[in-house]
Amino acid sequence: MARTRRKRPNGQTIPAPEKITISLTVNGAPRELAVAPWVTLLDALRERLGLTGTKKGCDHGQCGACTVLVDGRRINSCMTFAVMQDGAKVTTVEGLARDGTLHPLQQAFIDHDAFQCGSCTSGQLCSAAGLIAEGRASTVEEIRELMSGNLCRCGAYPNIVAAIQQAMERQRS
Amino acid sequence: MINFQYARATDLADALRQIAAEPGAKFIAGGTNLIDLMKEDVERPPRLIDISRLPLREVEQTRHGGLLIGALVPNSDLAYHPLIERHYPLLASAILAGASAQLRNMASTGGNLLQRTRCYYFYDTATPCNKRTPGSGCAARYGVNRIHAILGTSDACIATHPSDMCVALAALDAQVHVAGPSGGRTLTFADLHRLPGTTPERDTNLAADEIITAVELPERGFAANYSYLKIRDRLSYAFALVSVAAALELEHGTIKEARLALGGVAHKPWRNVSAEAAMRGEPANRATFARAADAILRDAKGFAHNAFKIELARRAILRALSQAAAGTPQSQSVKKIR
Ligand SMILES: Cc1cc2nc3c(=O)[nH]c(=O)nc-3n(C[C@H](O)[C@H](O)[C@H](O)COP(=O)(O)OP(=O)(O)OC[C@H]3O[C@@H](n4cnc5c(N)ncnc54)[C@H](O)[C@@H]3O)c2cc1C
Ligand code: SF4
Ligand code: FES
Ligand code: FES
Repeated sequence: MARTRRKRPNGQTIPAPEKITISLTVNGAPRELAVAPWVTLLDALRERLGLTGTKKGCDHGQCGACTVLVDGRRINSCMTFAVMQDGAKVTTVEGLARDGTLHPLQQAFIDHDAFQCGSCTSGQLCSAAGLIAEGRASTVEEIRELMSGNLCRCGAYPNIVAAIQQAMERQRS
Repeated sequence: MINFQYARATDLADALRQIAAEPGAKFIAGGTNLIDLMKEDVERPPRLIDISRLPLREVEQTRHGGLLIGALVPNSDLAYHPLIERHYPLLASAILAGASAQLRNMASTGGNLLQRTRCYYFYDTATPCNKRTPGSGCAARYGVNRIHAILGTSDACIATHPSDMCVALAALDAQVHVAGPSGGRTLTFADLHRLPGTTPERDTNLAADEIITAVELPERGFAANYSYLKIRDRLSYAFALVSVAAALELEHGTIKEARLALGGVAHKPWRNVSAEAAMRGEPANRATFARAADAILRDAKGFAHNAFKIELARRAILRALSQAAAGTPQSQSVKKIR
């Protein structure tokens, strides 16, 4: 948490910033919220909007658990401030399923037993959705390399790759 | 993290005005390095000026046959840009060797240049570090220094510059366009980053109130004979222990022009112009490459845990130059080193 009282080198107090009002479209729904500048997008989603599907693993860009899609691109939500994303369209794991039907990636993860404890899974799913949209991976090696930003402490990697391959094939056919 | 003010810059002039108005204020672009350091209390800017929406996202062809890359072009967009893939594959390869797909989507061209060292003591505010707190000492010199520099070090600091992209930009003789309160200027890539000397708190020769607007590539892209070889503790998503950007221009097996830059070994991407000059006119073979490796590593000096980097760099240089000469660059997805 940010400490609020702080002085400039000349002794002048740096005023605590006003909260800044931002608008986001989260999983298709418009949301407006007032946040202090140090609130990360991850904390805004989890603590302010109650969307706890997105996980905080490391809070330092090193694990990928916090991966969400911003304007269709996968990013680490712990490495950006919510105020910087004013106006953005955010998709979290809660927004992947449509009308009660699982996203093809979610179904593929179940089919291939691609998770154990599940703490990396929402990040894996959003990252894989970003990967497929980018269209840069077709081989197993390419999937592994372009998913390397998502760690899985349970070591479900082979099944995660198989699940992503299935979702890619289904999408192509 | 401590309290700070936040404002978005409306245009370049506004960004320059805002940075001049508050000592210690910082620009934020992708945020992937600055936010990390703010969370650790290593960076404590009283104000962040968000430049991420300034119109610096174009990749344009220059009159001189080169390319002008806007400072806010994301690393991923740059690596996959058709002109970069076709004419500067060394740069594309180096970018894709770095960080992760998510981070490359966020990271900007300018921010990548100005990312700070990953020295663990720099990150740990409980330890002395001349870069973080000038005059406090260097915990790495007699501490754990496996990831540290072997070239260009000083008594004050033995940190490395962590960027992969910058190693390729150094090899390609890029230039850095900067704007400041008294107008614009252009720096050669060699002049951007500094050696630590007695002032390791200064990573670069930019003034605190200057902004990078673009990176310019010259026409020569070495698209036929290049390789970026990165050696690290994991196969992906890890910083380089040693990396090599190698680029050659060949004529019937003879070297017309050679570029060789190293990452992970110094406070800046490391080049040695005389090692490159000595390759010109020579046959593109192992003996020539070995001489170049010896020349660029001549003054290398290891510390308690990183002396292995000297031999590692030697072998990586030989391999990368051989890959470049054969026209079989290192793949960044198939990890076998051939
Ligand atoms: C877990 C992890 C792994 C990583 N692995 C690698 C790796 O293997 N290889 C690699 O090369 N990199 C790696 N990175 C680093 C990553 O590439 C950098 O963090 C990124 O390039 C910084 O860009 P940014 O736009 O996010 O910078 P920011 O964090 O926004 O800014 C960085 C600095 O640059 C300044 N700045 C930004 N833009 C400008 C401008 N236009 N003009 C003047 N000043 C500016 C800011 O004030 C700040 O001081 C990794 C990062 C993380 C978190
Ligand atoms: S090597 Fe440089 S950055 Fe690391 S502790 Fe020493 S002074 Fe600090
Ligand atoms: S929580 Fe964001 S990368 Fe680990
Ligand atoms: S399923 Fe446990 S961390 Fe991936």
